[in-house]
Amino acid sequence: MLEYLIRRLAGTIPVLLAVSVFTFAFVHLLPGDPARMVAGPEASLEQVNRVRTELWLDRPIWEQYIRYLDQMAHFELGRSIKTHEPVSKLIGERFMPTLWLTVWSMVWAVIAGVGLGVLCGVRRGGWADRTAMVAAISGISFPSFWLGLMLIDLFSVHLRWLPTGGYGTWQHFVMPAFTLGSGVAAVMARFTRSAFIEVAAEDYVRTARSKGVPEQGVIWTHTLRNALIPVITLTGLQFGFLLGGAIVVETVFTWPGLGRLLIDSVNFRDYPVIQAEILLFALEFVLINLIVDLLYGLVNPEIRLK
Amino acid sequence: MPLLNVRGLDIAFPGEHGPIEVVHGLDLTVEAGETVAIVGESGSGKSVTALAITRLLDHAGGRITAGSIGFTDKSGALRDLAQESPEAMRHLRGPEIAMVFQEPMTSLNPVLTVGRQIAEGVMLHQGRSEAAALAEAKRLLEAVRIPDAERQLGRYPFQLSGGMRQRVMIAIALSCRPRLLIADEPTTALDVTVQAQVLRLMRGLQRELGMGLIFITHDMGVVAEMADRVVVMQHGKVVETNDIGPLFAAPQHPYTAMLLDAVPVLGALSDEPLPAPFVRRGEAAVPQDTVRRDAAPVLELEKVTTRFDVRRGFRLAGRIHAAEQVSLTVAPGETLALVGESGCGKTTTGRSIIRLEEPRSGTIRVNGEDVSRLNSANEKRLRRAVQFVFQDPFASLDPRLTIGFSIAEPIHTHKLATGPAVRARVQALLRQVGLLPEHANRYPHEMSGGQRQRVCIARALASEPSLIIADEAVAALDVSIRAQVVNLLMDLQARLGLAYLFISHDMAVVERVSHRVAVMYLGQIVEIGPRQAVFGDPQHPYTRRLLAAVPVPDPARRNRHDGLDDSEVPSPLRRPDDIPVVAPLVEVGPGHFVARHQVGGMY
Repeated sequence: MLEYLIRRLAGTIPVLLAVSVFTFAFVHLLPGDPARMVAGPEASLEQVNRVRTELWLDRPIWEQYIRYLDQMAHFELGRSIKTHEPVSKLIGERFMPTLWLTVWSMVWAVIAGVGLGVLCGVRRGGWADRTAMVAAISGISFPSFWLGLMLIDLFSVHLRWLPTGGYGTWQHFVMPAFTLGSGVAAVMARFTRSAFIEVAAEDYVRTARSKGVPEQGVIWTHTLRNALIPVITLTGLQFGFLLGGAIVVETVFTWPGLGRLLIDSVNFRDYPVIQAEILLFALEFVLINLIVDLLYGLVNPEIRLK
Repeated sequence: MPLLNVRGLDIAFPGEHGPIEVVHGLDLTVEAGETVAIVGESGSGKSVTALAITRLLDHAGGRITAGSIGFTDKSGALRDLAQESPEAMRHLRGPEIAMVFQEPMTSLNPVLTVGRQIAEGVMLHQGRSEAAALAEAKRLLEAVRIPDAERQLGRYPFQLSGGMRQRVMIAIALSCRPRLLIADEPTTALDVTVQAQVLRLMRGLQRELGMGLIFITHDMGVVAEMADRVVVMQHGKVVETNDIGPLFAAPQHPYTAMLLDAVPVLGALSDEPLPAPFVRRGEAAVPQDTVRRDAAPVLELEKVTTRFDVRRGFRLAGRIHAAEQVSLTVAPGETLALVGESGCGKTTTGRSIIRLEEPRSGTIRVNGEDVSRLNSANEKRLRRAVQFVFQDPFASLDPRLTIGFSIAEPIHTHKLATGPAVRARVQALLRQVGLLPEHANRYPHEMSGGQRQRVCIARALASEPSLIIADEAVAALDVSIRAQVVNLLMDLQARLGLAYLFISHDMAVVERVSHRVAVMYLGQIVEIGPRQAVFGDPQHPYTRRLLAAVPVPDPARRNRHDGLDDSEVPSPLRRPDDIPVVAPLVEVGPGHFVARHQVGGMY
């Protein structure tokens, strides 16, 4: 077990390296000059050049990358070009709101998705199944910015039940988490349904019925436990979707999270912040999938015991 | 009053144009303590009948459209299972009627422990606590002779062999002491020695519990071992019902007679050294002598070894010694049968010859040419000279290609013909395997299993090979079709002088087709020789065990298994530093060699 954990954690290093190379390269390919942004539109060419030298931006790109790696090796993320604050502080402030947003979105997505999926699987072909699947396709098709704006219009502007945006109480979570999680819930519902239907046709489900197990037991103990195994893998992969979706949803609901920080940094060409954030996203994604794989072993004895 | 009394049962499934009736007017009675075998080929409606009696049919999409299923329950009340509510049926399944299914590999829930799966029914129907139910589960595991029952309770199905899983299934079925047990092909997926163990176990438990037993099978050998009475089904109808003795001695219905004739009987050719095709009852078998002993062998294997590494993380945890120094030769026109049970390495040996697996060492010669190290020139020759026919005719044809295209492919690959000549050749090949030229335009799903296997044979013949490796090529076919395909293979051998490496677990078919037999056990050949010598005078204890386990389709010769052991064949997986001992075989008769060294495990 320990060997497995160490091996998996060691496996994240090449992933992160690759991610850092790509983000570094792409960020520097963006048109626009951070030195000009820092110095301001009124600054003279001389001032801009001085800023450029201060920020190492006049060095060859590989030299900048080496310096960046060296900093990373010392867990030093550098300072924001824009605000001169340490990147770690900027990210630290924004980390928890985004984490909570994705976690609650995922909780909603799993409960709604698996719940609906099982309902549809049990009543397959019935009206509940058809209605829910139409809803699921709609859930995938609605863009989240549109869904978010519609919710704000209904619940904040007309009904005045929920705040339009911001961060603080549980009321602030309702609409962003719902908006962000809906697409994932729809994917989960469709996937759970098909996994459930597939397992329901297995020989061991027939065996359970031949023992006289009541339908509830057939559904929950014998069918769902097996159907959940692929669903768990999907959950891990969908986290990546949530991290990406957070960028849009945070903008719609003025959420003080990493997504909005990323948008701001990209607009300002704030290289150190962009790089640190993307690296953090990659790390999160890898770690979440590690947790998912461990969970996988928990429900699947064949993985656990081999 | 009989335990079960089915009258005029009709079963239908919904179809595109209204319901399709699959069982018509079925009558069936079973007394307490009686074993009734339902026999028939695929699609005869025998499994559907079992599902109808337990009403698991409701969950399989089918419906009982007419008739009654009278059943006398524990309290002595007569009930009609065709009319009972689903909830009432649920209370009957387990304590009154239980089932054992064909596929032990998929019939157990993979995420629940064995103990839990056995205890479930006990807790449900007898209201016992979990601890008491697990104690009962342990007792049941002991009753089905699973060693070390206490420890097995906490294990998962994937940790058990097929035979063990089927015992667990039987334990589940018997957990609430049912009065009627329905076993649907319970031993079809098992090896022959394991089958013998499971059959003996079921007979013993039935006697002990006084159950009625419905035994569904396509295997006449198993019927002869088990049944008191036989019901023969064809196309959803009962064509004949009779006691076992008279049915085997004098079948009344032509279909029954045909089934019995198609069944290979081990020992039928004990006085005949040559193979002989199947014939109708009363006709004499015509042995065929096709071997050209003076010619150079088409295939020579010399100490071919194929192993598979088993890794755990980065560490080499063990090796599967699938084929260990296998040496054999096949002459032109000769059939060498490679027999043994699952995991013995017979398939790996076949695959190593055509390089679906890469052997670690040893020499392979085809038509005298060394193909152990493949280069582009001898690879082409090898691929042309040796062809493979696989077990599953459904899986080994591309569903999106026409039959004609599949057969033409090797002709194009080896540039044996061009243009319209290809078409003519495909049609000739189809005719040669007993199909029609117009079949070339069909897709695999438009053909039956037997026809598809004929197509596979035609495709193998297309490159004009000198050797065909047939890996369980007739195992998946119904008995009557199997006999036809076996006869086709033998006919092609007589006409084309083909040599076969016939890989099979079915001793009775092997007796029909082969000139010589090689018995494999744990990756090694433990006995090889002329078929008559190996079958008539087996020298290796494993060969003897294998032959003794074969069910004989003759009710007068049953109950021979009481001396059989319950042990399992050990695993060919060994530690990396633990190389098995291989010694040269000892000659005990003309061309008859046997292993005298310890091969591992029991022998």
